Amino acid sequence: MLELINVGVTLDGEDGKVEILKNINLKLDNKKIYVMTGPNGGGKSSVAKAIMGIFNPTSGKILLDGVDITHKPITERAQLGVGYAFQQPPRFKGLKVHELLELSAGKTHACSACDLLYDVGLCAQDYLNREINTTFSGGELKRVEIASILARDLKVALFDEPEAGIDLWSFQRLTETFENMNRNTDTTIVIISHQERILRLADEVIMIADGTVSEITSQEKVLSTIEQFDKNCRCAADCDREGYRNVNFA
Amino acid sequence: MLTSLDKNLLKEIADIDDIPKGAFNIRKNGQGIERNVTENINIVTKTDKPGIDIIIKPHTKDENVFIPVILSEGMDDLVYNTFEIGEYADVEIVAGCGIHNESDQKAQHDGVHEFFVRKGARMKYVEKHYGEGDGKGGRILNPKTIIEVEEDGVAELEMVQIKGVDETVRDTEVKLHKNARLIVSERMLTYLDQVAESNITVELVGDNSTAQVISRSVAQDDSKQIFHLNMRGHAECRGHIQCDSIIMHNAQVSSIPEITAFHGDAQLVHEAAIGKIASDQLIKLMSLGLTEKEAEDKILEGFLK
Repeated sequence: MLELINVGVTLDGEDGKVEILKNINLKLDNKKIYVMTGPNGGGKSSVAKAIMGIFNPTSGKILLDGVDITHKPITERAQLGVGYAFQQPPRFKGLKVHELLELSAGKTHACSACDLLYDVGLCAQDYLNREINTTFSGGELKRVEIASILARDLKVALFDEPEAGIDLWSFQRLTETFENMNRNTDTTIVIISHQERILRLADEVIMIADGTVSEITSQEKVLSTIEQFDKNCRCAADCDREGYRNVNFA
Repeated sequence: MLTSLDKNLLKEIADIDDIPKGAFNIRKNGQGIERNVTENINIVTKTDKPGIDIIIKPHTKDENVFIPVILSEGMDDLVYNTFEIGEYADVEIVAGCGIHNESDQKAQHDGVHEFFVRKGARMKYVEKHYGEGDGKGGRILNPKTIIEVEEDGVAELEMVQIKGVDETVRDTEVKLHKNARLIVSERMLTYLDQVAESNITVELVGDNSTAQVISRSVAQDDSKQIFHLNMRGHAECRGHIQCDSIIMHNAQVSSIPEITAFHGDAQLVHEAAIGKIASDQLIKLMSLGLTEKEAEDKILEGFLK
């Protein structure tokens, strides 16, 4: 179980200190899928980075199975079983896909690189020996990034907008992959997403806004709220206004 | 006679464990000590100056030539080698210089290599530089490489220098005729207070000639590197220089691009970049459980591969 108790993060910005997270309280159980959602800039990625150790909490505590990891470095957290799939993964000149996957899997976790790539919709024959350099498109890079997390034996897996850049065909495979991971492992899965289909995987939905947890709720409630937003939205109505209705753009 | 020390050096520079098969010439401390020739590849000692002529018959296929140089004591060594690669031959030449200097005297090897890649021939030239030994004497290497590639010929150069060499000035001049191709891959890592300079000038004189130069380097500690990569297009040709350096600690890197077109259909591109290791690369590998040092080594290993 992963616990965040009153976690706050303050960073040094150009104009002095900026508080990006405050009073984050979360209890995340094993074998559950949590979807973190909320407005852009609300702090979703920052929560994930605080868990991974990329951002150091300036207040509060983070406990992994009761062990205080609040001030442990990234490497140690990784070795304890925390993994994070970047929103914008880096490219590596000279590092091949199979080498990255081998680094990810480490010595203990036996898994097939081919299966991992299949799970993210990439053909192993085409990709295993390719360098993760500028020839990779954004979508390809994201898929390799997700595979590098699937390769690991994790207590907590954080995915930062995994669907970005992934085409529709692979989307189906991606949701199945999360379901399989949930079925076959005890990993706590945290997915940052705005996608309805990802939201439908959630055991619980965590709303993050203004650097804090605004609500912990169910997928049903979030989805019905979104539906309500759509109904109440005036944009469509505006277009029905006299004079705009039959504008021909051709 | 080759000592076990010599064999270590040979392993480092030419990746050979023992006396190689095929044509070779091993030079140690200014003297030729072992040589073998084959039916297609002849090696002859020059009469007017130190060095050898390597003559590869036309249409020779799938043969290798090894011409390593080793220095195991402080000395100055200067050598001129000339390579004649006959028409439509396809060969790999492995050169390289290994220095083991335990003395406090400098050990210097300056080599002038001149290549004639004849019509339709294909040559891969691999040159590795390696230095070791605890003496205070400097390990100095100044190779000069002059290559002329005739019509339809291909020259592929792999030049590697990882640590070990205190001072180096590497001059490479290439002339490309009609349809000739050049592929250069340079890898360099300097540390401590080493100084390295690489000057590559490519003259594209023939129509449809192409050249690609990819240089990647890592400068650590207080070392200094200077790259002057120059392409000159005199015909309808294509040239591309890519020069990437990772800078660390207090090192210094200069990358001086130069491309000149003397013809309206010359297409020349120069890309140069110097920067430290990207922090997101380090964080990514650390988030897989590597320490910062391991992550750094992995990134550099890939970069210099």
